[in-house]
Amino acid sequence: MQPIESFEVPAPPKVNYINAQYGLKSWLLTKDHKRIALLYLGSITFFFFIGGIYALMIRLELLTPQGDLLQSTTYNKVFTQHGIIMIFFFLIPSIPATLGNFLIPMMIGAKDLAFPRINLLSWYVYLLGGIITIYALLAGGVDTGWTFYTPFSTTFSNSYVVATGLGIFINGFSSILTGLNFIVTIHTMRAPGMTWFRMPLFLWSHYATSLIMILGTPVVAITILLLAFERLSGVGIFNPALGGDPVLFQHLFWFYSHPAVYIMVLPSMGVVSELIANFSRKNIFGYSFVAFSSLAIAVFGFLVWGHHLFVASQSVYAGMIFSFLSFAVAIPSAIKVFNWTATLYKSSISYDTPMLYALGFIGLFTLGGMTGLFLASLATDVHLSDTYFVVAHFHYIMVGGALMGYLGGLHYWWPKISGRMYPEGWGRFSALVIFVGFNLTFLPQFIAGYLGMPRRYHAYPPEFQVFNVLSTAGASILGFGMLIPAIYFVWSMRYGRIAESNPWHLPGLEWRTQSPPPTENFEVTPVVTWEAYEFAPPEETEVVGKFGPELERI
Amino acid sequence: MIETHATTQEIHGHPALQHHFENMEQQREAGTIGMWVFLVTELMFFGGMFLAYALYRNLFPAAFASASNHLDITLGAVNTAVLIVSSFTMALAVYFTQIGKLRPQIICLVLTLVLGLTFLGIKAVEYHEKYTDRLIPGRLIPSAPFGPDAHALHLLPGATLPQVEMFYWIYFAMTGMHALHMIIGAGLLLFLIIYSVKGRFDPEYHGPVEIIGLYWHFVDIVWIFLFPLLYLLGRHFQH
Amino acid sequence: MQGWLPLVPESASTFSWQVDALYFYLSGVTLFFVLLISAVLIFFTIRYRRRTPYEIPRPIAGSHKLETLWTVIPFVIAMTMFGWGARIYFDQYKPPQNAVEVYVVGKQWMWKLQHATGQREINELHVPVGRKIKLIMTSEDVIHDFFVPAFRTKADVVPGRYTTLWFEATKPGKYHLFCAEFCGMNHSGMIGSVYVMEPREFDNWLSGNVGSSTPAAAGQQFYQTLGCASCHGANGEGGRGPTLTGLFGRPTPLEGGQTVNADEGYIRESILNPGAKIVAGFTPIMPTFQGQVSEDQLVQLLAFIKSLPGGSGATPGASPGTPLPSPQTGSSPSGSPTGNIR
Repeated sequence: MQPIESFEVPAPPKVNYINAQYGLKSWLLTKDHKRIALLYLGSITFFFFIGGIYALMIRLELLTPQGDLLQSTTYNKVFTQHGIIMIFFFLIPSIPATLGNFLIPMMIGAKDLAFPRINLLSWYVYLLGGIITIYALLAGGVDTGWTFYTPFSTTFSNSYVVATGLGIFINGFSSILTGLNFIVTIHTMRAPGMTWFRMPLFLWSHYATSLIMILGTPVVAITILLLAFERLSGVGIFNPALGGDPVLFQHLFWFYSHPAVYIMVLPSMGVVSELIANFSRKNIFGYSFVAFSSLAIAVFGFLVWGHHLFVASQSVYAGMIFSFLSFAVAIPSAIKVFNWTATLYKSSISYDTPMLYALGFIGLFTLGGMTGLFLASLATDVHLSDTYFVVAHFHYIMVGGALMGYLGGLHYWWPKISGRMYPEGWGRFSALVIFVGFNLTFLPQFIAGYLGMPRRYHAYPPEFQVFNVLSTAGASILGFGMLIPAIYFVWSMRYGRIAESNPWHLPGLEWRTQSPPPTENFEVTPVVTWEAYEFAPPEETEVVGKFGPELERI
Repeated sequence: MIETHATTQEIHGHPALQHHFENMEQQREAGTIGMWVFLVTELMFFGGMFLAYALYRNLFPAAFASASNHLDITLGAVNTAVLIVSSFTMALAVYFTQIGKLRPQIICLVLTLVLGLTFLGIKAVEYHEKYTDRLIPGRLIPSAPFGPDAHALHLLPGATLPQVEMFYWIYFAMTGMHALHMIIGAGLLLFLIIYSVKGRFDPEYHGPVEIIGLYWHFVDIVWIFLFPLLYLLGRHFQH
Repeated sequence: MQGWLPLVPESASTFSWQVDALYFYLSGVTLFFVLLISAVLIFFTIRYRRRTPYEIPRPIAGSHKLETLWTVIPFVIAMTMFGWGARIYFDQYKPPQNAVEVYVVGKQWMWKLQHATGQREINELHVPVGRKIKLIMTSEDVIHDFFVPAFRTKADVVPGRYTTLWFEATKPGKYHLFCAEFCGMNHSGMIGSVYVMEPREFDNWLSGNVGSSTPAAAGQQFYQTLGCASCHGANGEGGRGPTLTGLFGRPTPLEGGQTVNADEGYIRESILNPGAKIVAGFTPIMPTFQGQVSEDQLVQLLAFIKSLPGGSGATPGASPGTPLPSPQTGSSPSGSPTGNIR
């Protein structure tokens, strides 16, 4: 890492976490949460790049119905590996391990996470899991789908299931350690005056995410482990030959993997809460509702796994219960969307890049969430499950939701992280390109799905081609849009304008220290005397719609 | 947060106080909460296997009873006793650390470690019995695939060998995972003993003893559940 | 095909329009809320854009009334969706008593189907318009999924158990049959066609495809070959083993006081793992037939046992040798749980 220098403005030599120490060793053995966040940032970007190449291969293959570019075995590996890399090695660690790691201690006024060594360990665990998985991919790949359904994965697949499973198993511990660290940090490390209800909503959503990480991840870990042993020993609890139940695997798998969707999207919701409040200079409308809805999502998220099994010979009544609960989990998400929208009322909205991502997030997440209702509803799910409708729906949540939030957050905190500004014009342009490309990629898939195009098909009937051509065109735009930030972020690290301590003029604790922050984050431990998002003194607060005699005139 | 007496040591900072904590109290609290959160994770980890156990016990009651009858109840009971005593010595070790008595603290830690290793030794004997009876499921050990003498097993009516194999699969998965936790626990105890001998712990700083103690008790409790579920349930079918 | 860019697939079963109606309702609500949120967002973003760099808007604390409103209204709307979806689903997974049965065995990567009247098909299914068809499905290897978009229905095909799917086709034509659960290398090749025909045409097709015996007849033969008759009687009347006549679909008392409904799954289990559930009053002397009978043969044995008189499974066309009756005449006797001995 180069020392900060600029040919425009000679910056005063400030000691910060980046230039406090030099050399590879100072990075690889660091216990500083900010440096670990950067280590994560580098590694997840690498995995995102690999996953993106797979996505491109999928879209190119599906351009024509015949299945002529790749062989079916190759195609099966490509979509499996796209899913595994993107979910386990990009989306799940994306916001928590980078932005969360960097900002949680800063937002609560702490010097570091509670367990800095465990934090570093989690990165190494992640790396080890990643290396094993990459080895499995290079050795020959895996073709089971990221869902590893038995008995295909245990008995019939002829690919590197055990090695990949091991990689995912190990990677799971990284997620558990991160979640554990966050929970303890938020409980014990808050600065004086930083009460629970003064915390930025980013912290609430990370707290909820951490709960899912520590409760869900061990279940998928043991499930994958049992699956690997079953494959090695030839018998096991999922094996119909022993009287085992292959559908048991699906229950255990989705018990984690459905909440895992919330691991991906909850942190993003936290980022969006920050962006909406800070770029409209307004406190979040209904703070406590937004905070508790995160916890509600975490809790309800564990009760809906059965909606992945509506057509998997689950009993009709179990299906009804899971359907009901799946509708229930939609409500907290709806509350968030309404509150974000209401926050903008009578506010002062700037059009900076992070805000564009936040607005994009709300739109895309609304559509992604609403299409989830089609899959929670039993009769339509019977028709739609395992079709492209499902593919479109979860990409709206994971790309339109999680990724938009991640990119928005990265732009927003980039001055704090790097001490440099990104180029605003390019930022807005790429946000627009990504938004258009994304919609063009995935909107047609909803229609293709309802028309009956099954997912994971290497070749497909020609009448679906028009939707796939649109999708592939959109994916090219999306891929191009993704390259722009990748380039200008790297560029700005050296050539970007030097950022002030508080370039957006915001009240949050993370902006009350220099950019980039010193290793200990704050010169002195801060004492918090203000509420979250307190732009104006509290006595100016307008009260509307309390259960009282009159609703204040708008 | 509980108010503590600000000893001179605390004002200058205890040597074991990590830089990012304000005081020892905060550091200890973080460690304890961290371990509790970790134990919740462990609970979910074992929970997956308990679910599988419950499902198949319900589906194959006869096979589970037959296979369970074949386990060595004496060794299992001895092991249970060994673990309960080890939990007691562990609790004593924590107590002696808290009041700052170094010698009994080291003795109790060593005793706990010895008892833990005894448990693992007995478990190894049991595993070996299963190996000679050819009760290792599948082809995990290629030279001795699953193939017990059905007569020696006393199969109850309704029980079939594949179902017995399922029992042993679950048995090895659960006890094996438990044994792995014991081995990790033994390693942690070794670390505690070394640090105790070096005199690192005192009444101000005893977090590691306490949280490793929590872990040890948790692993014991898992066994307290495993023993009746695997060895005892269905015992009355014996004839 | 309906025009240049269709929004819904062809409708060819009684479920199609029901699912489509729900789909349009869901789409309408989705569009409404997405447009509403987007419009409000865009309006606010323009109306409340930052005009001067230092302006600070007045904070607003929030509103319990609004929070209640936008918790309750979405919940009520969600419940209408839930109720509507559950209503149709309940019908989809409750096969009617008088349905004609077709046996389906999935394997990597083909569908093997056999009609109750004996006709075998590979990756093709011929069905008549206006007759209720029930598929009894299992898999030889991995999990597959039988999906006919035009019928708006699908179900997983799981090894080691029977799953069912039923539909009533309404429109003649040729429709896609997909495998919708990823099943390995040639997953996208595990496709076929469902031909829906007018009843007269279908009868012609049936009579033109005779040759193989009905599953029940084949099962009967197999029943003799395996030596089942020595204990269960030549025609399932019982002996050292429990009676099979009138067994299917009935609650059967077990050793130990429990009762089991003698459905497909129970009969399958009793052949492969006879010791699992012993009928009250019998001793567990039956050997297992695991590994000796294929999925196809199991299905045939099942068909034979169902065809025995007295059971509630003696569906039209399922009895050995009986020609498939038309739906008008064939639906009544089997519908009643007591059944008729024909």
